[in-house]
Amino acid sequence: MIISVASGKGGTGKTLVATSLALSLSGDYKVKLLDCDVEEPNDHVFLKPEITGSKAVSISVPNVDEEKCTYCGKCAEVCAYHAIAVLGKHVLTFPQLCHGCGACCYLCPEKVITEESRETGVVEWGHADAVGFVHGKLTVGEAMAPPIIRKVKEYANNDDTVIIDVPPGTSCPVVEAIKGSDFCILVTEPTPFGLNDLALAVETVRELGVPCGVVLNRAGVGDSKVEEYCEKENIPILLTIPLDMEIARLYSRGITLVDGMPQWKSIFLQLFDKVAEIVDERSRSTKR
Amino acid sequence: MKEVVVLSGKGGTGKTIIVGSLAALAERKVLADCDVDAADLHLLLSPSEKARNEFWSGQVAHIDESGCNECGLCQELCRFNAIKDFRVDAVSCEGCGFCSHVCPTEAITMRDNMAGYWFISDTKYGPLVHARLGIAQENSGKLVAVVRQQAKQIAEEQGFDYIISDGPPGIGCPVISSLSGAALALLVTEPTLSGMHDLERVLGLCRHFGVPAMVCINKHDLNEENTRQIESQCLSQGVEIAGRIPFDNVVTESIVQGVPVVEYTNGNVTREIQRMWHTLSIRLTNGSKG
Repeated sequence: MIISVASGKGGTGKTLVATSLALSLSGDYKVKLLDCDVEEPNDHVFLKPEITGSKAVSISVPNVDEEKCTYCGKCAEVCAYHAIAVLGKHVLTFPQLCHGCGACCYLCPEKVITEESRETGVVEWGHADAVGFVHGKLTVGEAMAPPIIRKVKEYANNDDTVIIDVPPGTSCPVVEAIKGSDFCILVTEPTPFGLNDLALAVETVRELGVPCGVVLNRAGVGDSKVEEYCEKENIPILLTIPLDMEIARLYSRGITLVDGMPQWKSIFLQLFDKVAEIVDERSRSTKR
Repeated sequence: MKEVVVLSGKGGTGKTIIVGSLAALAERKVLADCDVDAADLHLLLSPSEKARNEFWSGQVAHIDESGCNECGLCQELCRFNAIKDFRVDAVSCEGCGFCSHVCPTEAITMRDNMAGYWFISDTKYGPLVHARLGIAQENSGKLVAVVRQQAKQIAEEQGFDYIISDGPPGIGCPVISSLSGAALALLVTEPTLSGMHDLERVLGLCRHFGVPAMVCINKHDLNEENTRQIESQCLSQGVEIAGRIPFDNVVTESIVQGVPVVEYTNGNVTREIQRMWHTLSIRLTNGSKG
């Protein structure tokens, strides 16, 4: 089963939920934690995994053999991203704009374009006690997170219990991270910001056809509009975590909730049971 | 005219609270919400919408079933796994058009994509340019560029002194689009190990693009030891601390009331943000390129 942990708004507690859920489950299940927030990965700060391997992530960018090029302009014509231009007897490439689709190379009538790798980040893997760990890191200055996220997700397999930590927002990196999940936990806080961004995240997961439930973090301040929204939209609130300075201080020191307050382990196991029940029910109803 | 962009790396450190407050404190400015996929600034500024514009960007492939002979070439060549069973998954399609160029029966066309909206609104604090990227859309960086361009145009027309923009979390495409060419980046962090880790990366991004940065430590009293560490790391990199804001539940209360915190209370939080704006405005006048 693949469970992604997302939020819309940043800083609501995705990392807290993802790391504590993974640790709580690791006694009973084969658990893998994939940190897909490749712009700002944080799970390693909490789990301090032993990294046992790494691989550079590259995208393919064009390399034109100008000695054989006839400057026909076909490559520039087919490139949707304006990443290659032909000016007189010169071909200019803009590797930062290239999405690596391969069209220029395939369609060059003289076959003088080859693809070369351009490194944009790295994937690292290892383990933290019984939790299998994988994360990706986008190189600072690079723009495109999705190719790194795709690589991290290659380590998801359905035999394990996979927890995916999703980046904030609702655009392409979020979609790439959530896609293919059996369930998405949406972490929010009881404020108008939390609600606004929760509603956007709900639209996103619905677009992807992934069922969702809410974890309400820092409950006790703010208002009750998130609960009202969830009731109206028929979205289950799976867990409520109170605003507690002790939890905030543990977090500030990079200590997971279940390590700092072991009584939370059974609460996270209950959270998992609720998710598993919804996923089971759904798979039974689609089979019928 | 100087443009200040508020960034953080890590989400939820308080960017929007700060921008909302600067909106109330700074004179003669345009506000821009560059967090186009989860915009929240409007929730503090009660904007009244003056103009709504469609944002058309990119394309999506479409297969005409009657023309398709199911040869499978498109599926084989697509690097984004966007074609399955001779149908295009619009969410996965990156609009490269490779399939449309190679289809032997010319059954694939590229259709323009309406990727969201951008707005110009009035607020009691001045004009606000903001946007809404469509759900699961791409090209957030291009929409950010549109928002900044519009804000700049308004600032120039009206002879304003500042553009104050609320940036997105992370360090990727929309952040780069928010940052490049700005006069100053204000990086809001918190004294948590993850906040500090993410600050390092966004500081690296500012260096990469040559934008001067200052740091605001929000909730500095949550972990004083970490706060001291942030301060010494900033000092060693020549990055000035613009302000230190204490943790206080009044911040959450002000969000619930939908007003900038400096207009909600006269307490410590407000005093510290006022002091920070003073520091920022001196830096903008004296130091930064613009």
